[in-house]
Amino acid sequence: MSAPSAPTLPASTPAKSRSRRTVRRPAPDGRRPGRAGRALRRNLTAHAFLIGAVLCFAFFSWYPMVREFLLAFQKTESGQTTWVGWSNLNYVFHDPAFWQAWRNTLLFTGLALLLGFAVPFFVALLLNEMRHTRGYLRLLVYLPVMLPPVASVLIFKNLYNPEYGLFNRILETLHLPTQQWLQSTDTAMLSVVIASTWMNMGGATLIYLAALQGIPGELYEAAELDGAGLLRKIWHVTVPQTRLILSLMLLMQIIATMQVFTEPFLLTGGSGPEGSTTTVVYLIYQYAFSFNNYGGAAALGLVLLVLLAVFSAGYVRLSRAADE
Amino acid sequence: MRSSWFRPARRATAATLVSALALAALTACGTSSSADNDNNAGGGSSDPTAPLDPKAKVTLTIDCMPPAAKKAELKEWKEDVATFNKKYPNVTIDGKSTPGQCEEPARFTAALKAKSQPDVFYTYFTDLQQVLDNDGAADISAYVTDKTVPALADIDSNVLDVLKKDGKLYGLPTSNYRMGLLINRKLFTQAGLDPNKPPADWAEVRTAAKAIAGLGKGISGYGEYSAQNTGGWHYTATMYGLGGDVVSADGTKAAFNTDLGKEIVQNLHDMRWTDNSMGQTQLLKWGDLQKQMAADKLGMFLAAPDDITYMVQQLGADYANFGMGPIPGGKATLFGGNDYMIKKGSSPDKIKAAIAWLNLKTLTPGKGQFDYARSKADGLPVGLPQPAFFTGASKTEDDQLKAASATMPVENFRAFMDNPVPGKAEPAKAQEIYKVLDNVMSGVLTNKNADAAKLLSTAETQVNQVLANQ
Repeated sequence: MSAPSAPTLPASTPAKSRSRRTVRRPAPDGRRPGRAGRALRRNLTAHAFLIGAVLCFAFFSWYPMVREFLLAFQKTESGQTTWVGWSNLNYVFHDPAFWQAWRNTLLFTGLALLLGFAVPFFVALLLNEMRHTRGYLRLLVYLPVMLPPVASVLIFKNLYNPEYGLFNRILETLHLPTQQWLQSTDTAMLSVVIASTWMNMGGATLIYLAALQGIPGELYEAAELDGAGLLRKIWHVTVPQTRLILSLMLLMQIIATMQVFTEPFLLTGGSGPEGSTTTVVYLIYQYAFSFNNYGGAAALGLVLLVLLAVFSAGYVRLSRAADE
Repeated sequence: MRSSWFRPARRATAATLVSALALAALTACGTSSSADNDNNAGGGSSDPTAPLDPKAKVTLTIDCMPPAAKKAELKEWKEDVATFNKKYPNVTIDGKSTPGQCEEPARFTAALKAKSQPDVFYTYFTDLQQVLDNDGAADISAYVTDKTVPALADIDSNVLDVLKKDGKLYGLPTSNYRMGLLINRKLFTQAGLDPNKPPADWAEVRTAAKAIAGLGKGISGYGEYSAQNTGGWHYTATMYGLGGDVVSADGTKAAFNTDLGKEIVQNLHDMRWTDNSMGQTQLLKWGDLQKQMAADKLGMFLAAPDDITYMVQQLGADYANFGMGPIPGGKATLFGGNDYMIKKGSSPDKIKAAIAWLNLKTLTPGKGQFDYARSKADGLPVGLPQPAFFTGASKTEDDQLKAASATMPVENFRAFMDNPVPGKAEPAKAQEIYKVLDNVMSGVLTNKNADAAKLLSTAETQVNQVLANQ
């Protein structure tokens, strides 16, 4: 049933007379306020309420961003700040750790997507099929998100310990060869990703679960009538119906995982064996706080910002598509 | 329906109020926590040789006041403030305590950048360039004389040199260290080794490590760092001990890819993988080895004497359980320490007051931190071979006072004290070089098949890039 339509004014009625808000008093000097002035007056209260939030963003988000941009082209020595052009970027690109950090970050992102994208989706699929214990299991899946990240990382650090860690004890019990986990260039990054996935999958799982629960049951019934099995239902109903959410989550995870810092910093001391877990953000941290090279840190931050901006633009575009 | 009271005018008033509150909150956020400066900025005589004006009211904010958890140290701090105020009643000491270490590099770097460091701030010897780059410290050369610091002539010139740049003095030392070989005496005894004769070279270290690891029960003979730049730091210390260096004399080229450099890596490889005397857990950083040794799970590692204080005070270990010998090789040893600097822009009176305080607290034998009789009475440790920046008559006096009040078996450090090794400062761009050398250490300690030559060759290329990338 459609909503009752609003009474309409005759088409010949001048637009200005259609609403009280459009009645304007002339300004004291006799001139009428401009369009911007009218808009400002009309939304004065909203603008006043917005000031606090805008100032917060300005001071704590936008100003640091501008400052970082400026820092990327400056150098401070003996208290004198000078413009150095592309020198900081040149420094960053010629740092031997730069490309290694990018390789490691992309490896982390790739592995994190493989595990951190697929695992929560399949866990959500399983939870969606549960009838009686879904609530408890949902809590269990979300529990790691509620733990402080440092505590979670330290738990994994102990689990990975090659001498007394639980993982190697299990492997020993199964008569399988034990691993060096965080202490091998072959397994260090994978170990970091596993810990990270466990820590962060709860949130993604709940989002997927919400999306799954929004799929009309009739679609599954129709698929069943057409003889579709479980896998075909997932492929032909679930995935298309959640494609937009999956795409958004994919982009969000790319953006988040490319900024990984806490997990490698605490699990492997940042660099890991032979620098195998040095990430871009850890390198930024090193520049700023170990080398006191704020210009280099800002320049590398700028490089990361540009790359993430591309993904963010994709995210915004997909979000708009979702709204529509 | 909306309440009639919420009319546009009132809405505007409410909005204005909200905005004002938001502004006030932001202003509060932006206000410096430091009681920045002060009631007499720019006051007093600008003549550095003139005494502190007794009429000038001076308030000094000072780093590293002991936290409440360190009751005895805090009591002594307050006593020293009272003593100081008897002579300088016009000076208010506003101590700032920090949990954990007095200087945490990330926090320190941010404070320098924001210029929010206290008036008298704590730094490591290696921080001078960073502080100067941030325009953070006052030149105190003219203020520090044998009148304001009577023991000045007896302070080790090598130590003072570290705090100078272009002939100008920017800090006064509070403590210094030289690295040596820290041993667990209990494990030495259990392994049939003589704890009074710590290993003097790396062959002896290897033999002792093997014997200690043979005790089993998860005990490692020797421990080493390989993360967060501490691995590179220890590689450098080891290299110094053997008479080598990590960069060329002119500071432009890496100098560790040598036979000596390979020898260090090979020795670590053999201890880790052939003898299995270094334990399986690697990628260790500062704090990890101390925990192992305090728990009697580690026999030896390279350290400064104040690591013992950390293990006793923070980890509940016993002083009698530890001993020290000189760094293996004994050619030179990496030295470092900490000091106080005075914030740039401080008034002359403030600088004079700060130097008077530092003189009492950290630079006078028998007073402040060197009041050993008081420390003994307060249950604090006396007898560690650190600080050790006095020479001449001040050293003689300090040694006597320390021996008279020693609370720990100082003979445990006899090997370290009786075999002084010349100190050698860290290289320029130390942290960047250590970061690269971390990979050498982590490589050899985590990979059985690590190729020492390849690790060093790669690190050499990278350090050369770092040195060229100014």
